[in-house]
Amino acid sequence: MHRFANPGRFLRLSNIVLPWIAAMAAGLIAVGLYLALFVSPADYQQGDSVRIMYVHVPSAWMAMFIYTVIAAASASSLIWRHPLADLVAKASSPIGACFTFLALATGSLWGKPMWGAWWVWDARLTSVLVLFFLYLGHMALMGAFDNPTRGARAAAILALVGFVNVPIIKFSVEWWSTLHQPSSVLRLDGPSIHPSMLWPLLAMGLGFKLYYLALMLVRVKSELIAARVNARATAAAEAT
Amino acid sequence: MSGLAHGFWGLLTRDLRLALRRRADASLAVLFFVLAAALFPFGVGPEPNLLARMAPGVIWVTALLAVLLSLERLFLADYEDGSLELMVLAPQPLEMTVLAKALAHWLTTGLPLIAAAPLLALLYNMDPAGLPMLVVAMALGTPSLSLTGAVGAALTLGARRGGVLIPLLVLPLNIPVLIFGVAALDAALSGFNPLPHIMFLGALFLGSLVLAPLAGAAALRQAME
Repeated sequence: MHRFANPGRFLRLSNIVLPWIAAMAAGLIAVGLYLALFVSPADYQQGDSVRIMYVHVPSAWMAMFIYTVIAAASASSLIWRHPLADLVAKASSPIGACFTFLALATGSLWGKPMWGAWWVWDARLTSVLVLFFLYLGHMALMGAFDNPTRGARAAAILALVGFVNVPIIKFSVEWWSTLHQPSSVLRLDGPSIHPSMLWPLLAMGLGFKLYYLALMLVRVKSELIAARVNARATAAAEAT
Repeated sequence: MSGLAHGFWGLLTRDLRLALRRRADASLAVLFFVLAAALFPFGVGPEPNLLARMAPGVIWVTALLAVLLSLERLFLADYEDGSLELMVLAPQPLEMTVLAKALAHWLTTGLPLIAAAPLLALLYNMDPAGLPMLVVAMALGTPSLSLTGAVGAALTLGARRGGVLIPLLVLPLNIPVLIFGVAALDAALSGFNPLPHIMFLGALFLGSLVLAPLAGAAALRQAME
């Protein structure tokens, strides 16, 4: 990890890998969408609305995955003062919030025909909503300081506190009431869904992950370039 | 008395003395608590059974909001007049300082809320048999609110519009306290065993007792850099 602490090296490397990651993300999402919308069968109970799941489930995975990335980046920023970790956390937060929103919105679209309500105060829904607020708080705290370093430091502590709390929130809400079905892919006894539905789901999941990686790299790159431009501008202003 | 306890005690008595001199500030949270809870009957109508059913939830939610009100002042006054810098430089660990400040906040905000809660329960026509459980649950739950609140208050020091930020940071973290606090009371009122919920409240309290001072101290350190 520390090999990439040098922004120059990071920029060079990301320039090489970025087109590949972006192309693979686009390809996987295209294949996944094709499989999901045209090849995979309609569910015998849910009909065609099961196809919402091919966006909903990967979005929900990403919502949790990105928060974990933010927490890991925050820890490495606080412990090792890794110069890129703050940028990774800053770049990831809005993407994670968007995926969380996507998971909530698609879930709600699916819930209306299936459960007969746009929203129920179910354990899973509520804990994802809380996760959404944690993302918003992270973003708000990051932008609330005139000095961006302080914002990044404060947001890193918040991300870690939130990370400790995520399992607590998840389980406390779980014992509160529940309607959402349990996980059917990541199970000890193997996936309980049919391969014709599992493959498009996995393609979409991997595609979303690569898409996030590509977007995150672009955002970190633009932050680095913005910092460089600022430094040049300050140097030029001091020289004159 | 050892140096550690001496510093803790000194900070605690100082904060309490300051709170006592500004009694209006301290009583604000309780006033808000009672007033906000009194608004609900206007909103949903004065039907006694409905109010009795709502009482645990309303009392806990308004208590959560009342605690938020006073959080902004937790470190801000000391931050602005520079005493916080001296506390950071002091030989006693900063975690201890956060703990003392959180305890002072609980004594001036949480304790009055616990005292006022039975009154609200009576106004809401709640079964008096639930009163002991209400007090026990609040006594275990409100310290967690002060502790997580201290982290939020420390994180927003020096931020633009810190007071608006604190609820956004703290409320999501307080949802477990709300859930188990209401669940304990509901269980007691409907004749189930409230002990599991009380134990969860206790576990949340112990967890935040350990983690919140660490996070709060880290936040104060970066605020003072």
